Amino acid sequence: MSDFIQANLPYILAGISVGGQYALIAIGYTMVYGILRLINFAHGDVFMAAGLIMIFATASLPMYISIPLVIIATVLLGVVIERVAYKPLRSAPRMSVMISAIGVSYLIQNCALYFTGGLPRTYPAIPWLSDSITILGATTKRVTAITPILTIILVLALVLFIKKTKVGLAMRAVSRDFQTSRLMGVKIDTVISMTFIIGCLLAAIGSLLYFTNYQSVTPTAGAMPGLKAFVAAVFGGIGSIPGAVIGAFLIGIVENIIKGIGWTTFSDAFTFVLLIVILMVKPTGIFGEKNTDKV
Amino acid sequence: MSNILEIKDLKVNYGGIEAVKGVSFDVEEGEIITLIGSNGAGKSTILNTIVGLVKAASGNVIFQGQDITNKDTNYIVSNGITLVPEGRKIFPDMSVLENLKIGAYMRNDDLSKDIEWVYSLFPRLKERSWQLGGTLSGGEQQMLAVGRALMSRPKLMMMDEPSLGLAPIIVRDIFSIIKEINNQGVTILLVEQNANMALKTASKAYVLETGNITMTGSGEELLHNEAIREAYLGT
Ligand SMILES: Nc1ncnc2c1ncn2[C@@H]1O[C@H](COP(=O)(O)OP(=O)(O)OP(=O)(O)O)[C@@H](O)[C@H]1O
Ligand SMILES: [Mg+2]
Repeated sequence: MSDFIQANLPYILAGISVGGQYALIAIGYTMVYGILRLINFAHGDVFMAAGLIMIFATASLPMYISIPLVIIATVLLGVVIERVAYKPLRSAPRMSVMISAIGVSYLIQNCALYFTGGLPRTYPAIPWLSDSITILGATTKRVTAITPILTIILVLALVLFIKKTKVGLAMRAVSRDFQTSRLMGVKIDTVISMTFIIGCLLAAIGSLLYFTNYQSVTPTAGAMPGLKAFVAAVFGGIGSIPGAVIGAFLIGIVENIIKGIGWTTFSDAFTFVLLIVILMVKPTGIFGEKNTDKV
Repeated sequence: MSNILEIKDLKVNYGGIEAVKGVSFDVEEGEIITLIGSNGAGKSTILNTIVGLVKAASGNVIFQGQDITNKDTNYIVSNGITLVPEGRKIFPDMSVLENLKIGAYMRNDDLSKDIEWVYSLFPRLKERSWQLGGTLSGGEQQMLAVGRALMSRPKLMMMDEPSLGLAPIIVRDIFSIIKEINNQGVTILLVEQNANMALKTASKAYVLETGNITMTGSGEELLHNEAIREAYLGT
């Protein structure tokens, strides 16, 4: 066992790291689903857009302005998408909202195609994060070590926020029952915006970490990590934050170990096999909502 | 006495169907007023319209002299109207205490006095402060729904069928608490199918039939009215 770990250490480290990045995206899926019962297909593309915004920002601005700018712009993008594409459909059937989300996804990809000309754009090296370090004899970028730590801190902060604050209380109420939440004086639209703000904030941070590792952004660069994060969310039980985080780390680690064994071609397939298996065996995921609705 | 709430020729439609067909009534400040009627008469619709969850097609809702017709629920609630909804609708995966706190969502001041007040009205809730709402018994859930509504410090508390699905002893408890809350200065608009209890408790009653008010009187009068006895009391 220890031999295995020693031999595969770079892959395990890479797996934990990319798992953290998937987790930061997966939270956006799971929270939006928890509140709106909507699978926000555009979320992976928002993640990609965050990467492009960084590239365009650093072309003319220093790093210390670009990074906050990326975060703010991504959050704004998320809030605008919700207001324009989802809010008008609040009382429409769920399928309509989902189709709208797919539309937004293509719109973002096509805008990205327009701005990049379809060429992969090189992601800027973020000083400190891209530096090489050595962990237990394995050489890697510092981002590999920082990602899981930062992810855990952010997730804990988020869980505390939802558990302890008044806004968190309102979010839990709205995720349960719109009408009764309204009756308590909760402004539903504000809470929904808040959900998109948090989801996009984490996706923006995730993009800084992810693209530092992968170095280039294409218009479809959000699709694969987006899908994996989505599967992580389903695996964990969509709507559950800890579930999504565990699912994301699991997918990240397993797909990298598969690469380590030399089956790189199958590493993506694993994610989708996992999706199929969960949907067959336990569609509600490991921490899925029990249906406690009393009638 | 002045009217805290005046409903004037209220009409409410769902799609093309008229559920409330021009209803007018007043709620005097400090009183317990009841609206009785059978299934589908439009009782819940009227309460939901007053509180802004459902939009009125025409007519007016006047609260303390101010027209609040079709205003945001958020605004109406912060002005002092609260609704204990039909079926209680407590949040099942929040603790009793959290359910009370969300009832005070509109307020930014200290809640500890009000929580104590609610716990003094319902000692059962105090013992169960950390229990999840969904695991409470039906009667306890109703107490929690009332307590949660009180947390907004309402001037007018509307209650939609508080006795629904509860044993007679619990119903009696709930009604005596309603009177107690009323004595402490909260005006009450009570919607009930349990006409017997409602008429005994209320100072004034309105009878609603398929979207129209068909009879008005003091609780006592209607309790002894032949037609009412036959239609709603089964005697
Ligand atoms: N959301 C809705 N959409 C369409 N029709 C509705 C809706 N809510 C109520 N209705 C209709 O409006 C009418 C009045 O319903 P309402 O719920 O107000 O009656 P109620 O007096 O509260 O009855 P109950 O005592 O059974 O609760 C009914 O015919 C009902 O079918
Ligand atoms: Mg009703």
